[in-house]
Amino acid sequence: MANKHQYTCINCPMSCALELTEENGEVKSVTGAQCKVGERYAAEEFADPRRVVTTTVPVRHGLLPLLPVRTTTSIPRRLILDATRRLAEVVVDAPVSNGQVIVPDIMGTGVDVIASRDLDKDAGRQSQARV
Amino acid sequence: MISKKKRTPQLAVIGGGPAGLGAALAASKAGIDDIVMIERDIELGGILPQCIHDGFGSKVFKEVLTGPQYAQRYIDEIARTNVEVLLNTMVLELASNRTITAVNSAEGMITIEPKAVVLAMGCRERSRHQVFIPGYRPAGVITAGAAQRDINIEGLMPGRKIVILGSGDIGLIMARRFTLEGAQVEGVYEIMDHPGGLPRNIVQCCYDYDIPLLLSHTVTFIHGKKRVEGVTVAHVDADLKAVKDTECFIDCDTLVLSVGLIPENEISKHAGVTLDPVTAGPIVDERMETTVDGIFACGNVVNVFDLVDYVTRTSEVAGRGAAEYVLAGRKREAPVRVLPGRNVKYVVPQFVSDLGRDIDFYFRVEHPERAVTARVLAGTSPVKSKKHKMVHPPEMLTATATAADIAEAAKAEGRQVDSLLVEVVDSGK
Repeated sequence: MANKHQYTCINCPMSCALELTEENGEVKSVTGAQCKVGERYAAEEFADPRRVVTTTVPVRHGLLPLLPVRTTTSIPRRLILDATRRLAEVVVDAPVSNGQVIVPDIMGTGVDVIASRDLDKDAGRQSQARV
Repeated sequence: MISKKKRTPQLAVIGGGPAGLGAALAASKAGIDDIVMIERDIELGGILPQCIHDGFGSKVFKEVLTGPQYAQRYIDEIARTNVEVLLNTMVLELASNRTITAVNSAEGMITIEPKAVVLAMGCRERSRHQVFIPGYRPAGVITAGAAQRDINIEGLMPGRKIVILGSGDIGLIMARRFTLEGAQVEGVYEIMDHPGGLPRNIVQCCYDYDIPLLLSHTVTFIHGKKRVEGVTVAHVDADLKAVKDTECFIDCDTLVLSVGLIPENEISKHAGVTLDPVTAGPIVDERMETTVDGIFACGNVVNVFDLVDYVTRTSEVAGRGAAEYVLAGRKREAPVRVLPGRNVKYVVPQFVSDLGRDIDFYFRVEHPERAVTARVLAGTSPVKSKKHKMVHPPEMLTATATAADIAEAAKAEGRQVDSLLVEVVDSGK
């Protein structure tokens, strides 16, 4: 029997309303997507939803106390909380450069967690700002 | 303190966020090499460094970046130009002759007399006092952007048990962020019958984490004398009035407000720039020039965009426009007004000085609607139209009319175009 599932694409702000038709777990069609990414997303959302994870890790001697990090690509949604718990244990030292790997292969997903920006050492540069 | 030197650059850009970065870079590429960019923070990037989530750049870079990544690209590019960046510097005043008075702790008072100015100050958050929530005034009432800064930049947790009022994108993003940092989000309450944020954020911020999103609800009272101890929420009727017997108490220690953004135009007003009462930003033409000659504006200072990509695009137009103004000088032709029509709340630009060039229109609908066509008309002749399956007020709609599109419509009209109309109509019509 064919079943229909509705999803909202999260890959860009277009937020396409997608409809996936499956029969016995086999994807038959995806409608409503304005691009290929949306078609893939609906199939993935049906099988095993994936998300990009973003959070911060503390930095020693940094211009700022925290470094924003992200998974390079999406990981299974069911692993998000475990991944953020793992990242809560990490501390890095400044300077950090954009794209630097912070945790490789997070939770065995094959996906790396990388720095999301450059972060310089605190060279007293901000002393002016906080006067 | 007496200023050490007076700067007389070709261009001054006020604000070093995405709008300022885009404008300075575009002006630099257009041949201006004497640019000063003034930023009050300790680094460039504006709000982007604290927007650590992904979703930026899908239009400009065809990639999905985080806020810091998006900023980094422009910061790296600016570093390769001659743009002089003044950090830790606050602009106090802009006069209508474009003289800027700024201050920082290294130089004291600074005077800048540029040939052109780009306003790129962005926007600020609406606070409790602008939405009138009755109750006590305890600690623990915070705007979503302030909470975002605390958590993502400063490493501080504003609270443990959170209620979010308003379903704007920042509120939704913060619902997820608080959850990932170990706080309990009791719910997101939205006074309107539709969400304020983009559908994608409702999915990945609320649904993914089982955070309730309650539409047609508002906070009617804040409890707690020293610290927030809870809030009263209620259902609202069609007139957005709270229904008394639906009130219930929710135990929480923090109320996060995501109740809208307002363009930051204190400086613009003093310079004599005319503001649009609907957008709360300067009235601009197709080059993003304000009503004051040589003063341009772009990004969220003009109107609050949903995507940073549009902020960048308008900033590039403003940067190029300012470069053209400096290098070529120009007189404005008789302006043509751009009017919002059916189910259009407002349109940017509000007027066009030169119909002989390509024009990007940005507009928002007043209410959600299905199966519509958004179109730009010259008189009764269509210039550009696009079908949409669904339109929502939070989502910015865009249309680009080329000079040829406009010339063709003018020809069909058989007369000079004296105004343009942007409307959203039933696709059947």
